[in-house]
Parts: sequence; C-alpha cells; structure tokens
Amino acid sequence: MADGTLRERPAQGVVGDESRPVVVQLHDVHKAYNAGTAIETEVLHGIDLTIRRGEFCAVMGPSGSGKSTLLNIVGLLDRPTSGSLSVCGEETTRLDDGELTRLRGHSIGFVFQYHHLITAFTALENVMMPMLGAAEFPNEAMHSTAAALVADVGLTAWRDNLAGNLSGGQQQRVAIARALAMNPALLLADEPTGNLDTKSAEEVFALLRRFNGEHGTTILFVTHNAAMADRCDRTIQVIDGCVAG
Amino acid sequence: MFKSWQPFEWIVAIRFLREGRLQTVFIVAGVAIGVAVIVFMSAMMTGLQSNFIKRVLSAQAHIQLLPAREVTRPLRIGDAARVGELEGAIVQPPLQRLKSIDQWQAVADQIRSMPEVLVVSPVAGGSALVLRGSASRAISVSGIEPDAYYRIVDLRDKIVRGTAQLTGGDILIGTELGTDLGVDLGDKLRLTTAAGATSTLTIAGVFDLGNKGANAKSTFVALHTAQSLLGLPGGVTSLEVTVRDVYAADSIAERITAATGVEADSWIMTNAQFFTAVSAQTTANTAIRFFVGLSVAFGIASVMAVVVVQKSREIGILRAMGISQVQIMRLFLLQGGLLALAGSMAGSAIGAGVLMLWQRAAHNADGTPLFALVLEPGLFITALLLAVLTGLVAAFAPARRAARLDPVVAIRG
Repeated sequence: MADGTLRERPAQGVVGDESRPVVVQLHDVHKAYNAGTAIETEVLHGIDLTIRRGEFCAVMGPSGSGKSTLLNIVGLLDRPTSGSLSVCGEETTRLDDGELTRLRGHSIGFVFQYHHLITAFTALENVMMPMLGAAEFPNEAMHSTAAALVADVGLTAWRDNLAGNLSGGQQQRVAIARALAMNPALLLADEPTGNLDTKSAEEVFALLRRFNGEHGTTILFVTHNAAMADRCDRTIQVIDGCVAG
Repeated sequence: MFKSWQPFEWIVAIRFLREGRLQTVFIVAGVAIGVAVIVFMSAMMTGLQSNFIKRVLSAQAHIQLLPAREVTRPLRIGDAARVGELEGAIVQPPLQRLKSIDQWQAVADQIRSMPEVLVVSPVAGGSALVLRGSASRAISVSGIEPDAYYRIVDLRDKIVRGTAQLTGGDILIGTELGTDLGVDLGDKLRLTTAAGATSTLTIAGVFDLGNKGANAKSTFVALHTAQSLLGLPGGVTSLEVTVRDVYAADSIAERITAATGVEADSWIMTNAQFFTAVSAQTTANTAIRFFVGLSVAFGIASVMAVVVVQKSREIGILRAMGISQVQIMRLFLLQGGLLALAGSMAGSAIGAGVLMLWQRAAHNADGTPLFALVLEPGLFITALLLAVLTGLVAAFAPARRAARLDPVVAIRG
C-alpha cells in the first residue's frame, strides 16, 4: 500500500514505549535519482517513520520497493531529495559530508548482505578497523573491545585468520562484530542472512537479537524471510517507495 | 596486529600494497628502473663533464688577460670640405708584434684584490728556434713564475724526469722535443728568437702534458729569462688567472675587462665548441631524465587508478564505517608515495651499483677512468624526494577519485 502509513505488529516490550528516546525520525522524506532531469525517478515518496531506542525492526518489501534506499538514507550514506531526517537527535539535512561521516562513524553500524570484510586483515583487525579510523581509542581498549566482540560472536579461535579464509557465516558474524565496534545506537542490517544457509542465517539472526536485548542497540533488519520478520519487535513494509500500513 | 599509534592510513595502505603483492612488485620494479636510469645518467654525466673540464683546466688558466691588439687606423683626408672620406680604399691588417700588457703589475694587483679570484700569474710567452747540432725545432717559450704558475697549471705532476724548479739558466721541455733533439736532463739547448736574441739553457726537467704536439712545442723557462730572450724587459704577454667558480669565469672576465681595460678571455670563450657540446649533452640528458620521470609518473598513476577500481568496495565499506574522504585520499596518496619511495630506494641502489661497475670497465686511452665516480648523497636524496613527489602527484587524481566515490555505489560494486 502506497499510503505512507505504518503497519504495526503486536508490541513485544519496546514497541509503543514512548518514553524511550527517538533514534531515527523521518518526516516526509522523498528520494529521487537524476533529480531535475528528464529521467528523474522518485523511489521514496514522502516517508514518515519514527524508530525508538531498543527497537528491533524488520524491513520487508518486494525487490525494488525502496528498502535499500531507505536504509542508505537512514544510514547517512545517501541524502534525501527533500524532507527531514534526524538520527540520534541530530537533524542531518544540513550537515556537510564531514559531519555526516562523523555521525555515521559514531552512531551507526552496518551489516550488508555480502560481508564486505577487508580481506587483507584478520577477523580481529577487521573489528578493530572502525576504532582505528576514529583514532580515539588507546591500543589496549581497542584490542580488548575487539577481542570481546569477536568472542561474543563465537570466533575467538578464528580471530587471527585472514577474513578471506573464513566461511560465509563466520564472515557475517565478523561483520556484525565490526558493526558494533563503536557501540552504535543504531545498527542497519541489509539482508545479512540473504546469502547464508539456514543454519548460519539463524545464528546471525540470533546474534542480532541477542545484541539488541543485551545492549539495547536499535536494529533495522531488512529481510525477505517472513518467519524472521515475525520474530522482530515490529515490521515495516516498504511497498513502491512508501511505508505501508 | 596493528597499534593505535600507527595511523590508520599507513596500516591500510601497507596492507593493500602487500595484498596486491605482484602488482606492487611490478610497479616498484618499474619505478626502480626509471630512478636507476636517472641516477646513473646524472652521476655519469656529472662525472664525465667534471673529468673533461678538469682535463681542460689542468692545462690552462680560467681567464687570460692579453695586451690590446694592434689595429689599423685609416688615415683620413684633412680637408674640411671632405671630412670623413678615407684616403685609401684598402686597409691592411697590422702585424701583431710581441708586446707587454701596460702596467701589468698594477693590473695584477687589482685583479688579486677581487674576492672571486684565486691566483694571478704573469707569463711572458713567445716563439723561438731551438738548435742542437744540425737539428732545429720551432718552439714556444713560456716564461713563468713557478710558485704562482704551478697553482694554475701544475707542471710538477707532469714532470717525468728531473725537477720542475726553474732558475735563470734552466728550461723544462716536453718528452717529444727531447726525443727529437736527442737531449735529456742536464743537456744544453741554444734558443734563438726571430729578433736574433740567443740564450743557452740547461734542461732541468722533462714533462709529459699528455699531448704529442704540446710535448714537441712547449717549453718553460723562468720569467726573467723569457723577458730578456723575447725582448720584453720587465714585460709580460699575458696574465693567467684562476677563479673560485669556473663556471662564472665569463662574467668575471667581463668585470676584469671593465675594471682594468685589459682584454680578458675566459676558458669558456676560448673553448666555446667544447662548451657547446657539454651544454648539448646536458640538455639531452635533462630531456631523457624528464621523460623517464614522466613515464614513472604515468606508471604509478595507472596502477593507482587500477587499485582504486579494485578496492572500490572496500572504499565504500570504509566510508560506511565512518572513514572520512580526507582519510581515503591520504590512504591512496600514501600508496603512491610508498611505491615511489620503495622504487626510488631500489633504483638508487641499482644506479649506484651500475655506476661502480661501469666506472671499473670504462677507461680513457691513458688508462685513467672515463669518469670520476662521485656518489654524492645529494643526488640520491634529490632522486628520492623527486620520486616521492612524483608518486604523490601521480596518485593524486586516483586518490581524489577514491575519496569522491559514492559509498552506496561503491558498496554495490
């Protein structure tokens, strides 16, 4: 349905708790590619969406409906053509690239369908990478945080293996650990289980669910798996560039 | 494992280069060959040129002051109505008789006071006939003050028999003249000038100037001996001058002429053809080095452009995790700089090695090395700095492209 409304799922603890701070707020967000040209294509049509701290939201919708574009905009990788977006209480529309990069680095973690680990580094080094780039952490803190995260995802035995030598499921778990390295308020997972076998997909989903529960990390989880979406706090249906209700 | 004190860009740049090992080795080898060619050519050309110049200047002064040349002044008709008209249509050039530089002591003192001048030595030179029994040879006689003159042309190094010391009755002759006349140390020679003056001198030393013609013609006597033989009492036919900067000889000669009114010729002017050859060689050398440097730059740029395409997904993910555009730019600039640095270090070592081998293998006809091996640290430091600068400049466009990559597009691949 292209009416811009949200289809709510039954509350599972955190949904509907308005005392929780807002992590993401979109108001009338439009996104058009090739804007101002004859081949302008609008893919998001006035999205209004509020996501609060600790929510685990599934984002569903057919291919080409605008899920990834929505995620890229929320993740500050892309800018809306119009409308407003605030992330962690910061209005982002007028921020320059440097400010968006800083906000993204400190507040948002990404997990993609393909793990996108840097194969020249070990599993542990991949997890350390965001902290190294931020240049704000002493060596010990950086190392211990990364080691703890690698242990959390159950890969201590493989932490010194080059990323390219790990299995698909292991790589995705390293990608999750990396996304959480900066302790972000928001984790965006774009079909992280889409490329995994059922067992690995379940492990990855369970991991995300656990981090959501233990750390209160807000998670937007794009999936085509209805069973997994059912186990999320809330499902956001994106259809034809609108959030359907 | 990396440490927090290691900048992010260094760590990632080095890992990326290590990951693309084969590519890195090839481009480093390319840069190394280019730098080796530049180092080799620069050092060899410098050595060759300094060797040539040393050879030229070991046999002549940097500047030579000569007496004013005789000129013909045509007689003019004195009639006021025909002022300017010449009396005769043909003007015969005058004979250049042997004459002294006017007030040469004052001129020499004036030149000595110039800070850029090292040595001033008077010479009384002319031609004479040397007789030995029924044999005779035409020679040139140079009357010198040994202490000063040997600081300009060090005959002591060229003496093969006897001594370079000169007293009033001594003469130094070349090896060829000695052979021609069948004389050697201690023998006496009778010198006669065209004016009829004669003098009998004892051979004190035999020299080898490294040139057959010069060894057959040149002789050296004490200054006052030459003055009396050539009919120049107290006079000199030239003042020989050496200066601190041999390449500034031209301008110093002009200043000397302006200050003293005496014609001064620099070695650059008197060896104009040699100098033209040297400057043509320098130009060709510079052009070759420039194009080698350019090909190195394009090599680095093309490899970096490929690396950016290869690593675009990693760039996207790095941007997603909060790495700034500036950091991405630095990361790729650093790779260009590191490739150039590694290549230039290897190239400098290769260039130095080839230079040493070449210097051992290439010799002049007299057995001396073709060029002096001068491995100046400055050359290598300059080569390193220029190569790194070239690497950074070459990597700039690919690095900027990497920094400007849209992370969404890059991640999508």
